[in-house]
This record gives sequence, C-alpha cells and structure tokens, in this order.
Amino acid sequence: MANSETPLLDELEKGKWPSFVKDLKQAAGKNPMARDLIHQLELSYKDRIGHWKHGGIVGVKGYGSGVIGRYSDRPDLFPNVQAFHTMRVNHPTGWFYKTDTLRKLCDIWDKHGSGLTNMHGSTGDAILLGTTTDHLQSCYDDLSNAGFDLGGSGSALRTPSACVGPARCEWACIDSLDLCYNLTMTYQDQMHRPMFPYKFKIKISACANDCVAAIARSDLSVIGTWKDDIQVDQKEVLAYASSINIQKEVCDLCPTRCMEWNGKELKIYDEDCTRCMHCINLMPKALRPGKERGASILVGGKAPIVRGALLSWVIVPFIKLEPPYDELKNLIERIQDWWDENAKSRERLGELIQRLGMRVFLKAVDLPAVPQMVKAPRTNPYVFFWPEDLKKEVK
Amino acid sequence: MPQIELAGKIYEVDEDGFLQELDKWNEEFAQAYAHTEDIEGPLTEEHWKIINYLRDYFAKFGIAPMVRKVCKDNGIDMKKLYELFPTGPAKGACKLAGLSKPTGCV
Ligand code: SF4
Ligand code: SF4
Repeated sequence: MANSETPLLDELEKGKWPSFVKDLKQAAGKNPMARDLIHQLELSYKDRIGHWKHGGIVGVKGYGSGVIGRYSDRPDLFPNVQAFHTMRVNHPTGWFYKTDTLRKLCDIWDKHGSGLTNMHGSTGDAILLGTTTDHLQSCYDDLSNAGFDLGGSGSALRTPSACVGPARCEWACIDSLDLCYNLTMTYQDQMHRPMFPYKFKIKISACANDCVAAIARSDLSVIGTWKDDIQVDQKEVLAYASSINIQKEVCDLCPTRCMEWNGKELKIYDEDCTRCMHCINLMPKALRPGKERGASILVGGKAPIVRGALLSWVIVPFIKLEPPYDELKNLIERIQDWWDENAKSRERLGELIQRLGMRVFLKAVDLPAVPQMVKAPRTNPYVFFWPEDLKKEVK
Repeated sequence: MPQIELAGKIYEVDEDGFLQELDKWNEEFAQAYAHTEDIEGPLTEEHWKIINYLRDYFAKFGIAPMVRKVCKDNGIDMKKLYELFPTGPAKGACKLAGLSKPTGCV
C-alpha cells in the first residue's frame, strides 16, 4: 500500500460507522480549503496541539455575533486555511428542512466557503465551516436573500432550540416548536448583539424524555409536563402483560415506586409521580400524559468549561404555556436582569446561583420556594429563611 | 504581521485589523480607519465619547469593559451603540480605540 499522507487520521476511517475523515477526504477532492484542513488536522494530531490561533473577531454589518473568526497558526504550510471562519445559521425550529432548502444552503456555502458543514452544532445551528474575511458580507447577503439568518455566538443569547414536539411526537405536552420560534423572534436583539456576561441558552423539550438534552445543556430549560393524572387504559395494560414484565420493568423501575400491579390492574399513586415518562415510554398504548398540560421551568444547566458540569434544576414546577407566552418571557427577563447585573465576566447563570445562593436568586426573581422545587427528588426542597422571617416566628 | 497605511503612517495590525503597538494610537488613526468599520464621514462627538471611554477603561483595567457597562456608563442603549458602530462594540469600537483584540468565546 502506498504511504498515506495522513496515517493518524486514517485510523478514524476504520470501522463500520460514519467517519468525518471520509467526508473531509471527499470534500478535499473539490475544495483546496478542505484539503489544507485535513493536513493541518493531521499535524495537530501529530503535534498533539491544535493549530488554530486563539480567537478572532470578524463579523457582518449590524451583527455582533453569528460569525466566529478562525486563523491557522501555520499559514506557511496551509495557506488555504489561513483564514477559516465559521458562520452559524439559525436552524429551522425542530430541524425541518425541505430538500431544496438544504440544497440552497449548500450551494451558497460552496460559492463562499469550504463547502463543509456541521449539521448541526450543539447549540442547534447549521454550522458552515471555513470561509475568508472578504467573503463574509457577501455570504451573509446571499443567505439573507434566501431567507436565512445568523444564529447567536459569543456572550449572547444562543439560538433557542426545541425537540420536534407535536410535529412528530405523541408525547408532546406543549407546542415546543411554536414556543421556540416565538422566543427566537422576540429575542432577536439579544441573539445578534451580545450584551450578556456570557452565553445564555434556552432549550425546549415537550416532555421529560428531553430529546434536546435541555437539562444538561441549557441555562433555561423548558420541559413539557402535566398536572393531573396519567391517563390509563387498563385493557391495554393487560395486553402489555403478555409481552413485558410489568412488575419488573415498569413498577420496579419507577423512580418514586408509585405504581402497583396485581396482575390484572395497574394502580398509579399520581400524587407521588414525578412525571418522568418511564412508564409511558414502556407502555405507550396503555398510558398517556395527563390532560392538564404545561411545562416545568429549570435553570442553571451547563457543560463544563471553567467549572464543572451542572444539570439544571426546577424553579417553576408548572406553568401553562400558551401564546404569547408573556408569563414565561417575563420570568426569563427577570432572570437575565439579575444575572446580567451580578455575574462576573464569563460566569454562567448556574455558577452565579451557586456563588450567591439559591435563596438570593429566588428572592431577586420573585419566586416563592415551593416543595416541588427539588434538586434530588423529594429530598431537598428549596425552603430558605431570611433573618426577618425567623424573627417573625419567635413572636 | 500585516501592515496598513492610514493618513500617511504605517501601522502593524493583526489579521483582524487590531492595532498591535498600542502606544502608536492617535486620533488620526481612528478617523482614517473608521470607514473600514462602516462609519461614513468624520467621527462625531458621540463616537469620540465611546472611544475615549474605552481607552480610559482599558488603561485602568487592562481589559475591554463588558458591553452592558459601556452602555450604562455612557447612558446609551445597544441600538444606539450599533448605530454609532455598525460592526459592533467588540469589532468596531475597540478596533478604532486601538485596544488589543477582545478574546471572544466561540
Ligand atoms: S422530548 Fe418528548 S415530546 Fe419531545 S420529541 Fe422527545 S419524546 Fe417527543
Ligand atoms: S411517570 Fe415516572 S414517576 Fe410517574 S408513575 Fe410513571 S414511572 Fe413512576
């Protein structure tokens, strides 16, 4: 076999799963930027250090975010990636595209950039990888004429994202798509013109299965839920008894053990149910979410960068969500104001709450502590006392 | 290192056009550079107010202020700030003020 120029990357082509190296090599056949990118990456693996310089500030007119500057630190070796900026394009809510829309997007990117895309980045945006400074404005103009807009980057509201919800999924308790679109349109300014101490992410899942991983990744998570009882069809439950072990797989794995199965009938003690979706996932024909639907609001999730990862925690157990969503928007703005006013540079909301305390946070955004605000289910209610409350008690 | 020539003088800048030798900054530099940041005509008093504010802050603290602080301390809102500097506070205003490049997060 001829000696490969990229022996380290070639390892990543082995196996039967998709490989970004294969994709890159294919792109390298028609685009010199992609070619240099592969070779720079190989060198990075060899040297065990990334060969991008730190940071870069480029942009398009009127926008403080949406474009991320990237420069090679070895332009002598890889002149075609000397500048390799990323553009973030706001994805359609729920990631529904028509094929001709995708073609249009790719055509624009073939014209202005490397042709390489990342569909989609962890924020949700369609990410266009690699272009030069002089192409930015004209690429943006073409995108804009085709009906696209840039997403958020830097210390801004990042592009909100949502699960496919009611478009495809029977478990949706809220219209995640409509809410996501509505918030995106309402907060255009916060997305395009970074003004916060750091990034702020909003993600919406229409049920507790949390398909967009909102709880792990967003500063503000909206999770669809219900208030009344799970709807049970006992006949269908019985039908499941022949294919699954209801006691072992459903009841015993219920996190709050709030179900009883006597071989004929399933009894759910709904007052102890935390709406985790486990039983419904296993017996979709027999069980459905209740009828009185809305969402829980959680805050504070983030991936580790400066400090460790945080999962978001419940601050509003139940809120009805119907357009124009004023109650939610009002809450979001109160939270952002407090964060904006108090955070240090690059401090995420969850970290600020940890630093100043949940008690201070709840008071500042005017939320009463209730038992359903739990960090670990049923163990850790957020009930705090201020010195003046204690005095009242003594009298 | 790229160089640019403005009002008859040569300056060293980085690849994004940020001034490298901070002590070389002068008002002619800012004025002659303004058109690359989509500012038409001469810089106004409002522009200078922001530019001088940024320079003072940078001299004191060694970093660029947070955008919210810029707005608050100068009594303007984001919309106004983008009207003055269409390419944004980080890219446009800091560049004209001769601050070293703010390290943006991706
Ligand atoms: S989060 Fe729930 S409603 Fe949304 S797609 Fe997943 S299972 Fe369906
Ligand atoms: S939704 Fe979860 S907590 Fe509620 S009954 Fe089903 S398994 Fe138990």
